[in-house]
Amino acid sequence: MNTVLDFLEGSAAKYPDRQAYEDDKKLLTFTETRNLARRAGMALQEKIGAEKKPVVVYLDKSVECIVSFFGAVYSGNFYCPLDTEMPLERVKIIMQVLQPAAVITDLAHRNTAREFSGDALLLLYEELILTEASDAILGGIKEKITEQDPLYVLFTSGSTGVPKGVLLNHRVVVNYMEWLSETFDLSCEDVFGNQAPFYFDVSIHDIYGAAYFGAKTVIIPRYMFGFPAKLIGYLNEKRISTFLWVPSAMGIIARLKAFRAVRPEYLRHAMFAGEVFPRKQLDYWRENLPDVIYANLYGPTETYVCTAYVMTGEEEEGVPLPIGKPVSNTQALILDEEGRAVPAGETGELCIRGSCLALGYYNNPERTAASFVQNPQHCLYPDRIYHTGDLVRLDENGDLIYISRKDFQIKHMGYRIELGEIENAVRNVPGIEDCACTYRTDRQRIVLYYEGKEYPQNELLEAVGKRLPEYMIPGQIVYMEALPRNLNGKIDRAGLAGK
Amino acid sequence: METLLEILKDIKPGVNFEEEKHLATGGILRSFDILSLIAEIGEEMDVEIPVENVTPEHFESLESIMALIEQSRE
Repeated sequence: MNTVLDFLEGSAAKYPDRQAYEDDKKLLTFTETRNLARRAGMALQEKIGAEKKPVVVYLDKSVECIVSFFGAVYSGNFYCPLDTEMPLERVKIIMQVLQPAAVITDLAHRNTAREFSGDALLLLYEELILTEASDAILGGIKEKITEQDPLYVLFTSGSTGVPKGVLLNHRVVVNYMEWLSETFDLSCEDVFGNQAPFYFDVSIHDIYGAAYFGAKTVIIPRYMFGFPAKLIGYLNEKRISTFLWVPSAMGIIARLKAFRAVRPEYLRHAMFAGEVFPRKQLDYWRENLPDVIYANLYGPTETYVCTAYVMTGEEEEGVPLPIGKPVSNTQALILDEEGRAVPAGETGELCIRGSCLALGYYNNPERTAASFVQNPQHCLYPDRIYHTGDLVRLDENGDLIYISRKDFQIKHMGYRIELGEIENAVRNVPGIEDCACTYRTDRQRIVLYYEGKEYPQNELLEAVGKRLPEYMIPGQIVYMEALPRNLNGKIDRAGLAGK
Repeated sequence: METLLEILKDIKPGVNFEEEKHLATGGILRSFDILSLIAEIGEEMDVEIPVENVTPEHFESLESIMALIEQSRE
């Protein structure tokens, strides 16, 4: 299998009437998913051609999003999911970078989409799926799609205030699914429970897992993640057997000791990614559900999942859980500042090479060239590596251990956030002279310190909320007459802690 | 009620908790907010909320959360 279309076509041929994707309103079989996606693809290629151009999907999280993703690929283009709750200002910035050929939306979001679609064609999902698909045309397009072609672009927080569009190809997803299949006992009997938003790469596992394995993916309603007993009841009702969640989603079950009330009956694999899982919370899961297989998956958006650690049950207590070993066709290098491999056991920056690497940042060659660089260890032929910015070391079993970030990037509720992007948004508020953000890991809270004009908290949050998505909004705000500074004039971030 | 209001405002600044009637299903209180709220209620008000009662209908408004606290005290 070379592309995600092969996944869907394969499952639709093998399991035509099996349930494939379900949300709180709709349930689609593989045949229905394929047919709808082909119709959408047909319509798209008629409107914008098969030009390997980006197509924005601006819909609430639903099975329609998945149909649209496949539809964009059928049309010979690629997709970019945008959150319908994202502030318009941020959407507009992304649109400037992306310059998509089309925006797929629905009647409910058409008016909002009009405000940012600019030169892009605005297409209604309801209309796209009415187009009759032609085997000859779609077959001709599919033949020309290679595994190296772009599949999706996801925007992540950028330190300069402009989000970066990470562009990945089919190969990354095919490679991941093959590794998943070799590593875990997953089959068409499995039900994937989706938690991650579609603009967050963790969701790739759910979107394509169903199509690859002929399994089913259930989109779990977001509000359930605040109510552990209800969530577990839902897992049972939908017979969810496997999931890849951010640890915070699993952590709430542990922190409220929800297994006292109800236990997941069908769960076989619990995978997590996106942030460090506090050991106490993970231990609660393992003590209560010892037969479940637990796996810690790691990877920045630029490498999707590049390393993984499957728990053996013999992990030492009180030490961080490893991020494990590289997935198939991937190599992890631990390099010092000069690009030399560090001695075994010593800390260095994790750099990744292999099939999991993104193509680069969309419409940003400078940034791509700066982040995806020549492997300093093989200079005689082209060999790209990606600098993750994460400090790691190898343990005695050859597993990677995550130490910390090199810069000011944080993980909050599984989202990767550059504190610089929040600071830039705050600095744009009239009257604010300067600011700095820190992250309180104990309370999982972004703390904003600022100087200049003192704002009532509500007003400041409202102003910042126009530029930032909800998960980037500071949870605590501290006004200061003057921010503490070092001798060189830079804000003393260490001095802010405890203020 | 005042302590609860202070806790809520600390967890989620900028929300009009006296007026809002769909805090849970309207997506205003997110999963980690609920968790923080339960922890704070435990610490500040010395009330343990049983996990079975951590359901959306109990977290829709200031009044329903207060009723849950009272019920958990009994």
